[in-house]
Amino acid sequence: MNGVRLHKVPSKASRWGRTLGEWPAALFFLLPTVAVLGTFNFYPALYSLYLSLFEWNGLSPTREFVGLANYARLLASGEFWNSLRVTLLYAGGVTLLALALGLGVAVLLNQPIRGQAVYRVLYFLPVITPTVASGVVWKYLFDPTQGVVNRGLVGVGLEGPSWLSDPSWALVAVVVVGVWKRVGFNMVVYLAALQGIPKTYYEAAQLDGADSWQQFRYITLPLLAPTTFFLVVTALIDAFQVFDLVYVMTSGGPLGSTDVLGYYLYRQGFRYSELGFASAVAYVMFALIFLVTVIQFRLTRGGQGDA
Amino acid sequence: MLKPLKGLLTHLLLAGGAFLSAMPFLWMLTTALKPEIALYQPPLLFPVHLEWENFVKAWQAAPFPRFFLNSAVMTVGIVLAQTLFSAMAGYAFARMRFAGRDLLFFGVLGTMMIPFPVTLIPSFLVVNALGWIDTYNALIIPRAVSAFAIFLFRQFFLSLPRELEEAALIDGAGRLTIFFRIVLPLSTPVMAASAIFSFLFAWNDFLWPLIVTNSTEMRTVQVGLAMFQGQYGVFWTLLSAAATIVTLPAVLAFLAAQRQFIAGITSTGLKE
Repeated sequence: MNGVRLHKVPSKASRWGRTLGEWPAALFFLLPTVAVLGTFNFYPALYSLYLSLFEWNGLSPTREFVGLANYARLLASGEFWNSLRVTLLYAGGVTLLALALGLGVAVLLNQPIRGQAVYRVLYFLPVITPTVASGVVWKYLFDPTQGVVNRGLVGVGLEGPSWLSDPSWALVAVVVVGVWKRVGFNMVVYLAALQGIPKTYYEAAQLDGADSWQQFRYITLPLLAPTTFFLVVTALIDAFQVFDLVYVMTSGGPLGSTDVLGYYLYRQGFRYSELGFASAVAYVMFALIFLVTVIQFRLTRGGQGDA
Repeated sequence: MLKPLKGLLTHLLLAGGAFLSAMPFLWMLTTALKPEIALYQPPLLFPVHLEWENFVKAWQAAPFPRFFLNSAVMTVGIVLAQTLFSAMAGYAFARMRFAGRDLLFFGVLGTMMIPFPVTLIPSFLVVNALGWIDTYNALIIPRAVSAFAIFLFRQFFLSLPRELEEAALIDGAGRLTIFFRIVLPLSTPVMAASAIFSFLFAWNDFLWPLIVTNSTEMRTVQVGLAMFQGQYGVFWTLLSAAATIVTLPAVLAFLAAQRQFIAGITSTGLKE
């Protein structure tokens, strides 16, 4: 995805108005958009930055300007670094696993097989399931004694951990749910991309004696690269902001082992009323996501030349 | 390799994966229909005796009717507002000529890059200052516009032939007439796509309703379910029944507009 290209309106349509254009009419059409996005997107994005320079509990009439002290406090906080680490582990885990599984399912589905539509729905259902409901159900599945997961493990002679209350397993469990919710999305996008690859490429490769693995390795994978890239970037951006699942399944625990940045921010802002400090956390998240977006932009710009 | 064998293997793999993918669903559904005591017996996917009572109990154990009403009002409000306002904006960006149009359009697209957590606290402060905490205004108005939907509409309008509109314009029709009489009626496919995205977004949303509502009467289904879970920790049959009730509208909406939804995802994902 290379961002959006603006289509030039043909200039011959000059009867649509002169240079000043149709501002009065356009204003009417754009008023709701400008008002809502301005008030609840642009202004908050800037105000967040401003707020991150203050110490304020949200109630007191005065707020104290502290400069970059919130950021300094953040960088000195073990909790913050833990939260950053957990977020990166979650995002990396979900992104990579869901990518591989999504591609696998898409490749299998991209054949003339029966029941394709049914499979597609079954794999896609988790994507549209409300996150809260998903969290509730998976909490049950991961229940140490009554849950299906551990009962299944006992069935094969293993003893499962107590997942969500075990600091070394809780994040694994949350990642499993994150992957489960993401595979269907990746599958659908990959499938559409696979269907866009001309069959003749494979026919030519077969004539040259390439086996299925070689065809996959040297035709499918390279041609899917832009799609893979898009999926990695969108998955990372989503995963950096994860909140609902953690809220429902673990509340950031045990011992901060699932305390992702989204949850950390929520706690600081809405539990401890540290609005300035929480805004600094928000801006660190912004920086992280911005970095990914910039890398995406750079790389896709670079790849556009030979397209 | 043997063709039939390969086909069989494909189906085995796909079916196994599909089972894992759908299993939590099935489990939720069947647990919701099990008597409480069945939880302590060896796990059977399907209950021997259907306990519809669980749904009634869950429905009554918390003010779910009220949560449903709130979510319904919020969802309908957001779907209608996002569809109409995004169509209007998409139309202006696709067809009208005015100074600063492209800049403004990039600004709108740019909002998609602002992560929600960044706007969370100031948006909350705005809503608070307006006295909207615990009102439908807070649940609907901040999300009355969707940059993604504007993008969808704009792309669609650009693909429409202009001749119809130009003829109407020559006949002296105004922009409003053209938009509502000619353009919108032609836009049902993209309206359906936009509406299904808005619906699922609104129905499943959690964090914003969580922070802008305080009273039980104003909670939405998702917030209500999270609270319910806090109270009924390990009453898995009731929890599963509640989770099923809350999931059902999303699944039905998806099944009804599956094609548009998937087309919407793939078109944004694959555009060069």
